[in-house]
Amino acid sequence: MPDWREVWAFRDLCLALGRRDVTLRYRQTLLGVVWVVLQPVIAGGVFSVIFGRVARLESGAQSYFLFAYAGFIAWSGFSNALSRAAASVIGQGNLVTKVFFPRLILPVSALFSTTVDFLVGMASLLVLFAVVGSPISPAVVTLPVWILLLFAMGLGLGTIAAALSVRFRDVQHALPVLVQLLLYASPVAYATAVVPESIRAWFVLNPLAGALDGFRWACIGTAPPSGLSVAVAIAGAIGSLVAGALVFTRFERQIADVI
Amino acid sequence: MSSDPPAIAIRGLSKAYRLGVENAATTFREAIVNAVAREGAGPDPALLWALRDVSLDVARGETVGIIGRNGAGKSTLLKLLSRITWPTEGEIRLYGRIGSLLEVGTGFHPELTGRENIFLNGTILGMRRHEIRRRFDEIVAFAEIERFLDTPVKRYSSGMYIRLAFAVAAHLDPEILVVDEVLAVGDSAFQRKCLGKMGEVAREQGRAVLFVSHNMVAVTALCRRAVLLEHGRLTEDGPAGAVVQRYLRSLESLRTTPLDERRDRTGNGALRLESVTVRNVTAGGGLVRCGDDVRIEVRYSSPHATLRDVHIDAIVHGPLDEQLCQLSSASQRGDFAEVPGNGTFTCTIPRFPFEAGAYRLTLYTTVGGDIADWVMHAAVIEVEPGDFFGTGRMNDEGQGLFLVSHQWDVT
Repeated sequence: MPDWREVWAFRDLCLALGRRDVTLRYRQTLLGVVWVVLQPVIAGGVFSVIFGRVARLESGAQSYFLFAYAGFIAWSGFSNALSRAAASVIGQGNLVTKVFFPRLILPVSALFSTTVDFLVGMASLLVLFAVVGSPISPAVVTLPVWILLLFAMGLGLGTIAAALSVRFRDVQHALPVLVQLLLYASPVAYATAVVPESIRAWFVLNPLAGALDGFRWACIGTAPPSGLSVAVAIAGAIGSLVAGALVFTRFERQIADVI
Repeated sequence: MSSDPPAIAIRGLSKAYRLGVENAATTFREAIVNAVAREGAGPDPALLWALRDVSLDVARGETVGIIGRNGAGKSTLLKLLSRITWPTEGEIRLYGRIGSLLEVGTGFHPELTGRENIFLNGTILGMRRHEIRRRFDEIVAFAEIERFLDTPVKRYSSGMYIRLAFAVAAHLDPEILVVDEVLAVGDSAFQRKCLGKMGEVAREQGRAVLFVSHNMVAVTALCRRAVLLEHGRLTEDGPAGAVVQRYLRSLESLRTTPLDERRDRTGNGALRLESVTVRNVTAGGGLVRCGDDVRIEVRYSSPHATLRDVHIDAIVHGPLDEQLCQLSSASQRGDFAEVPGNGTFTCTIPRFPFEAGAYRLTLYTTVGGDIADWVMHAAVIEVEPGDFFGTGRMNDEGQGLFLVSHQWDVT
């Protein structure tokens, strides 16, 4: 396990690195914000055409676009947390070879820009809500739980990938493919309800399923996730955080020698 | 060494790097291949001991210079002290907060303003945000950049950039300060200011300072004590003056080591310096006399057919290893856009201006902006007295290092 006291002592560095990422992302052009909104719009559009119109799947929401849009916002919270954490150590080779600090700060600080992007996405979702005139369900109070679960899974898996990618450079290439696979294996573009009964039991074992369904239940009032899938999601979140901390600590000492 | 409380205690410190693919970043395929290859292959492949069995105690209030050739283990020692890398054997005890400056401006981002970079760099060096806020005005004043605080540092001159970076580091207030050659940069007035600040830190605040440098003048001026590293071992520990003398004597042996057999070199190997020949163009032969035209020929090889964006510096060192001048490929014709993969750099010096004596030549090359090969004291130029002024007789010796064309008049 990492030396948490030391990590805590460097909390200001974590903030400073996070602030740097956000500043750089949003300062240079307005495109920073535009891009963050454009991505779910495009994904929502594509998903609602392919899955809603072509495959004629049932979303259980009043508009397939809103359904896919909300799904993609939640998904990008997870996938950005994962991929930015994964890239954080290799991307900061210069810092790692020149100064000491608990290396765990790097993947954790990558969470800041993810969070800001996520908040921009949530704001755009709110605008979309106002346009569509959707009612807000009381389940919205559970929203923070699902967001936390998604971020935790992203951070945990990203931290593992960050540690491994220092030692094995092909992790960088494999990761986008895996994330893409995970996107289609999870209820982002389609609802869990349309998954055939025969494989539903397996499907529920994906920890992302419960969190994604929960997010959409809280936001746009689709069917709530099953108790089992929520339990799997919570176990997945805690498990990936613990595994992330363990794997990272194991590889931490090699980082400066290998990078 | 002294009765002051200890700041650093190092016992039996060693650091080994594995040569070859083993320790480098690999792909899964290579890792599997290596794992298979290790089966029955016996002991570990070649281990390179960057540091071997080093023990050292430093007390509070002491400033210790660490000297040695490239590759002697100085940087490794600093990295271990800074906890950037872990020792293979031995232990380090640090009594107090350590601040290490292995580079000026680590983590500076060109797009961020001076103000933002102060906070970013300060926290990277281990300061808390409130400490930086408290020292902010001092840092800005020390760096002399008040007017440019909210300008992105990409618009700074290199001098301003370095001043700002050093200013942040100088206000770190560590109990133990570790400095690597950062003073090799910056204008000389600022260098003096930095040296002064370091001395002040050690003397008045009772901190321990470890100072790594190739600049023997700075080491002798700043440190009362110095240690010499040779091939990863600590071979000399004592008063700075004596250790510097010992180091300068050890450089004598380089005279007999051909350049292509030297292993104390730094760089990525995009180009490798093979040999240095010094010719007397005026008189022919290899005997260098001051006042004659002299040509330095540096033969090199590389694994590539051609090399792009190549830069070479020859730095001339005097008897105290002080840097006398730099002969840079950038200073006149600009760097070489493209050169053959194997060839010879030649540098012609009309009317060779150095007094009789022995001068060491450090060679430094970059390809595409990255250090390709850098050899300290790659060659020695022996200079004989000559007729610099063209008067038909030898110039007077021992009156300085340089000869300068001049003319006296009276009216």
